[in-house]
Amino acid sequence: MKLRFLTLSAIAMMTGLFACKMADNKQSGTSSDAVNIVAEGTPTVAELTAAPKVPAPVGTRAAKKLIVNLETTEIEGVIDDTIPYTFWTFNGTVPGSFIRVREGDEVTLNLKNAANSVLPHNIDLHAVTGPGGGAEATTAAPGQEASFTFKAINPGLFVYHCAAPPVPMHIGNGMYGLILVEPAGGLKPVDKEYYIMQGDFYTKASTVKKGLLEFNNDKAVAENPDYVLFNGKKGSLLGNNMIEAKVGETVRLFVGNGGPNMTSSFHVIGEIFDNVYIEGGSTVSHNIQTTMIPAGGSAIVEFKCDVPGEYVLVDHSLSRAFNKGCIGKLKVTGDANPKVFKKGGAEKQKSAY
Amino acid sequence: MKKYFGLVFIALLIACTKEQVTKQVMNDKIPQQLPDTLRKLNVNTKMAYIPGGEYKPFYSSDTGLVTVHPFLMDERPITNSEFLAFVKANPQWQRSKIKQIYADSSYLRTWLSDTTFAADALPDAPVCNVSWYAANAFAQSVNKRLPTLDEWEFVAMADRTSKDARKKPEYSDAIIDLYLQKDRQFQPVAKSTPNYWGVYNMFDLIWEWTEDFNSVLTTGESRGGKYEDKSLFCAGSATTSTDLLNYAAFMRFSLRSSVKAHYTIANLGFRCARDTMIVKK
Repeated sequence: MKLRFLTLSAIAMMTGLFACKMADNKQSGTSSDAVNIVAEGTPTVAELTAAPKVPAPVGTRAAKKLIVNLETTEIEGVIDDTIPYTFWTFNGTVPGSFIRVREGDEVTLNLKNAANSVLPHNIDLHAVTGPGGGAEATTAAPGQEASFTFKAINPGLFVYHCAAPPVPMHIGNGMYGLILVEPAGGLKPVDKEYYIMQGDFYTKASTVKKGLLEFNNDKAVAENPDYVLFNGKKGSLLGNNMIEAKVGETVRLFVGNGGPNMTSSFHVIGEIFDNVYIEGGSTVSHNIQTTMIPAGGSAIVEFKCDVPGEYVLVDHSLSRAFNKGCIGKLKVTGDANPKVFKKGGAEKQKSAY
Repeated sequence: MKKYFGLVFIALLIACTKEQVTKQVMNDKIPQQLPDTLRKLNVNTKMAYIPGGEYKPFYSSDTGLVTVHPFLMDERPITNSEFLAFVKANPQWQRSKIKQIYADSSYLRTWLSDTTFAADALPDAPVCNVSWYAANAFAQSVNKRLPTLDEWEFVAMADRTSKDARKKPEYSDAIIDLYLQKDRQFQPVAKSTPNYWGVYNMFDLIWEWTEDFNSVLTTGESRGGKYEDKSLFCAGSATTSTDLLNYAAFMRFSLRSSVKAHYTIANLGFRCARDTMIVKK
């Protein structure tokens, strides 16, 4: 009996120690540990998604070899209702495809530049440790393809973008996206995950094609955007495109800021962020109203939806939200929760008379 | 004694200027002579006289003025029909016969056969999907050469009314507007307005090969060499160029730095140039 107790205590202690060590690792997020993680097996093609969707979580899987295929394109898209704009993209969308990998994964990135592109493009992933984040290695002339392989050694939510000159122009036309490197064991599961990326747009009328808007260099240098947008289009998260959740669910937003110039003051009207992975890194802060997202930076925000309603996502530099388009909505459905929120004043006390 | 020779040799090597090193790297990349003999071609594209002069290139540091000597430049890009004449006379440059080291797999991609360009292609539209080697061979076959990067950029400074329009905001804007349009290469040459020198189509149809297209960025290590630490990539761009607002030039140098001599691209063609002894005022 005594022996059994001792054994159990020992196991309990060891488990405790082990758990502490795990937590330690996660907290410190040291890249040196991940360098030695072995990525097993044959490479598989990574699932990629267009905003606001994100690929499936990595969960508890081991590190592996992944192939990420991206194509750079120059396409006419809609920036505002019916107004066309010449966007430059990764995989045909602004922002580009969401990439989701695990710490220790070995990622081969194939960048193909569409044959009908006018310009060369490349990719600089902030998740990469190495020269230019891969920019030099991936510079591809129109119709060409370039590749490089990297090991994801720092967990976090990282921006990627085109770094071909003139860089502000490539980013200003929409060439950015997010890559999430989940820590070993994965992020804690939540009910809903969404991908939102802010960008500032500088426009002028094309002199060649009537009605078409194009990048405006002068406005970009003056940092005076005509549009500040979530997901590259006015109304991308409004009307039928609202993101959704139910009362009682926990929502996780992967929020990036492509810039090229504006810093975002990300806020959800009527919600308080329970958790914010500050700047997309490993430090988690709690009970945050508005979180700062630098150009070329990110944040992961999490909150539980307690009360039904429409929650407005904004850059709280509010002229951008209400005048330049940086506004979206989260629709929460479910039963009212009067314990947390109800209209009207306090119930009247019954008269003592 | 032998040891001393060794040391002296090494010292000499170290003493070599960077420029020599750069040049050597370039020589490795681009053979000075094409190994096969070319049949000459009787194609007489009209040329414009360019008196040259000193100019400050986009890529230079604050001090560097570059001298461009007088030269002649084709007044417009080489066309489909001209290139067809070239491959007929020189079958080794036809699509099915070209050596792989001289052109990638998309060489003359839209052509229907070795000696037929696409049915919907205009004979007087600029030829594209040609490698630097092929452009160079064509130039030799007409007793010309490709313009140097500095020659090309010297001519490109001009707008309709002035030799150097780079200070005018509308100059760069107009070029960028053109650069942003796709599929321009299918239009015929010499239909738009010529510039100050009487040269057509510097910006509105295609990118163009130059003799030393990769001299600015791509030496042995793409950010090293002659223009060390002045990469046009990423953060480097902020400190490199003399006129930071000349986005149009940025875009050209970006394109040039992304290509290799055997690449063939849907909107990349060429025109030719020639030395001249004439010095006009």
